[in-house]
Amino acid sequence: MRFERREEVSVAALVLAPFVAVLAALVLCAGLIAMAGVSPWTAYGEMLTGAFGSRLAVTETLTRASPLILTGLAAAVAFRARLWNIGGEGQFYMGALAAAALGHSVVVGLPLPLAWAALALAGMAAGAVLLLIPALLRLRFGVDEVVTTLLLNFVALLFVGLMVEGVLKDPMAFGWPQSVPVAAGLRLPDLVPRSRLHVGLVLAVVVAGIIWLVQSRTVFGAETRAAGLNPRAAAFAGVPITATLAKVAILSGGLAGLAGAVEVLGPVGYVTTTMSPGFGYAGIVVAMLAALHPVGVVAASVFVATVFVGADAMSRATGVPSFIADVIMAVALLAMLVALLFATYRVRT
Amino acid sequence: MTEAFDILTTASLWAAVLRIATPLIFGVLGALICERAGVLNLGIEGIMTLGAMVGWLTVFWGGDLWTGLAVAVLAGMLMGWLHAMLTVPLGLSQHVSGLGITLFASALAYYLYRLWVEVGDLPPTIEPFQPWAVPGLSSIPFVGEVVFTQMPPTYVALILVVLVAWVLNRTPMGLALRMTGENPHAVEAQGLNPVRIRIWAVMVGSGIMALGGAFLTTATFNSFFPTMVQGRGWICIALVVFASWRPGKALIGALLFALFDAFQLRLQTVVEGVPYQLFLMAPYVLSIVALVLVARRARVPEALMQPYRRGER
Repeated sequence: MRFERREEVSVAALVLAPFVAVLAALVLCAGLIAMAGVSPWTAYGEMLTGAFGSRLAVTETLTRASPLILTGLAAAVAFRARLWNIGGEGQFYMGALAAAALGHSVVVGLPLPLAWAALALAGMAAGAVLLLIPALLRLRFGVDEVVTTLLLNFVALLFVGLMVEGVLKDPMAFGWPQSVPVAAGLRLPDLVPRSRLHVGLVLAVVVAGIIWLVQSRTVFGAETRAAGLNPRAAAFAGVPITATLAKVAILSGGLAGLAGAVEVLGPVGYVTTTMSPGFGYAGIVVAMLAALHPVGVVAASVFVATVFVGADAMSRATGVPSFIADVIMAVALLAMLVALLFATYRVRT
Repeated sequence: MTEAFDILTTASLWAAVLRIATPLIFGVLGALICERAGVLNLGIEGIMTLGAMVGWLTVFWGGDLWTGLAVAVLAGMLMGWLHAMLTVPLGLSQHVSGLGITLFASALAYYLYRLWVEVGDLPPTIEPFQPWAVPGLSSIPFVGEVVFTQMPPTYVALILVVLVAWVLNRTPMGLALRMTGENPHAVEAQGLNPVRIRIWAVMVGSGIMALGGAFLTTATFNSFFPTMVQGRGWICIALVVFASWRPGKALIGALLFALFDAFQLRLQTVVEGVPYQLFLMAPYVLSIVALVLVARRARVPEALMQPYRRGER
């Protein structure tokens, strides 16, 4: 058996790949659900109702999708340049922390748009710094960034713990380890009244659009793609590899940091060490399911959010452990890899 | 300062070093075997988590402690087989596939644990391994207390270091494995099948990694809880680089690391006013520093992360 790269990859096959992968994941996980003594049809039905069955459910799913779009973009822009940023989780927390620290008092009193811009920038800067460290270690010393970004996730989470139990501790929280809250006037307005859905969703979608334009219409976009596809050839063609990768790192870390800042300014209001149900890691799955395309990221985020919100509801209704959502995600990721392979390669026997 | 020195001279510290190092020794040996054959296995964190769960569960369901370890190895090999299938014959990205395996194996472990185990206020426990004094040797002063009064899997880990080093460096099988990691085309030219060698190496390596996880639930602790592996797998990946892919150096790396960990645990109780998070951060920061220190002179297996396709250059 041999694989041969297809000369022309059909767009239809690329668009179809994530659907095939998701279907495969759902079929494979049906077995695990059946082990719990619950019919997979019932379980998946409950998941759909749980994610879309009511106005509240829909807003909850979209609220969950908002940070996923940003962490998904963070992974997608980095992976496109073959910068393996697995540190989205840590960058998310650093962004959240920066937004809470400044949003509590420093920017209070500034005109609203200015204050929001400052907080978003602070969140992005915090995330970007956390990724710049491993990116520079790779560029300068050749240290593999996968391991360093993963290790920095643990460091970042402990740093958040240090802050919310120390300098940034909320004295009004009855001893709970949570940070001081963002000033009430700085919280992002709701999109739908009486729900947790906020304008962060719009922001995330707009950012996805901007990233798409940047990647398809600018020199920087072409340079990142070239750096990812073949760094040697790109360097030969005059692409400044080091500068490009550093810029990608700033963009990627910034996006993950922005996700954290928006989550604090939107639904949460403060920082805790458990505020992210793995947004950073799920962002990697989102990016892969989207085949690293910014528009696909939006769609994949809604799908991943559906699975997570739906699984919680389904778990309450049927008793199937909600960890099934994580299993579905992981299987979908692995299936997507295989589906993409068959979309871009043909098998010769 | 004298207090810190006093800590360093106690036998209990050094005994703890070996205990803390044991899961790392298993993990780093497993990762090393995969990488010497040319496959990066980032599934390690998940494989250790799954190994921890199934090893514990086997004992919880009435199995022997050793049976628990054996089942953990099988589970690890199964995950290794999956990673190998995706990365070797299919030649998919070892980074992404490995992360996928980690997500899958840990999610599966948590799911099955929730499904099969009734968890009350506290996670249920098992009767874990107890230290076993090697007759005779354990009465040597200091050394006996440190090295020869350990839990049985620790002896297994130490023997495994020697065994892996011997197989890799002194047997035809080890030569073939190392060659597959350096130049798979040369292996093919020798009439051997590099694909099959890589698949077996990843399976065996993954089985050994799973032992590291199982040690946590059957020896270090007596119960399973989510996120208990705590990045040990990633630390092992860093240790492999630190050890320049050599089993002996891997042992030294794991021991140094554990020494630091045991020392900081004791220092926490002596030094006051330093937030505990700073101590907990130390192992991760230390791993990064170790990577930077050796990065310049790291002798990476030539074909690491290069998918092998027959007849393709």
